[in-house]
Amino acid sequence: MIEIKVLDTPLSEKACIDFVADDAAGGTTVFVGTVRNQTKGKKVVRLEFEAYVPMAEKEMRKIAEQVERKWDALQIAIHHRVGVLDVGEIPVIIAVATPHRKAAFEACEYAIDTLKETVPIWKKEIFEDGEVWVAAHP
Amino acid sequence: MDVKLVAFGIAKEILNASALDFSLNGDHNIGSLKQALIDRYPEFEKLRSLRFAVNEDYQDDSYSIQPTDEVVIIPPVSGG
Repeated sequence: MIEIKVLDTPLSEKACIDFVADDAAGGTTVFVGTVRNQTKGKKVVRLEFEAYVPMAEKEMRKIAEQVERKWDALQIAIHHRVGVLDVGEIPVIIAVATPHRKAAFEACEYAIDTLKETVPIWKKEIFEDGEVWVAAHP
Repeated sequence: MDVKLVAFGIAKEILNASALDFSLNGDHNIGSLKQALIDRYPEFEKLRSLRFAVNEDYQDDSYSIQPTDEVVIIPPVSGG
């Protein structure tokens, strides 16, 4: 089963872990992204996320389907938040349950790496003296 | 033809609009739209990448834009 969510409210690790619970699973990996307090030594005040929501959900589902096929994942949840996030808050959670643990680690890493390349979500870093769209320029 | 454009992230700031009708002469494909946008808004060329989506899927340069299409400009993504 796959659960995809783009939310403008705080994410819950427990909700993701509960969703992927499966008696056939030998392990669950959970990636929790958090807002870092600095970038290249500059203090980050907050992040602002926006998404092209219907396509973001579609691309996240494609990733989940790839994970099901390639790693025989039993359950996968991908939740992403949008809106304004403070330092320490959680923009993304990915939970994957697989029959054996090695696959769970690989699948989770693949999912977050691919999400960062394909899912139409953008974040702007707000510093004390300016702001920048992350990764926009080479 | 007039192409219905939708923009997110830095693309929205470059266009100074989240949606607009863009007049495209000549070929009506994504490749020619991309070049016309860069000609009109040179800031687009400075981006790490510039992709386009129609019907919630990425489309490549050869995609022929239909009059009813809404073309979404996808600047470099940075989720996670």
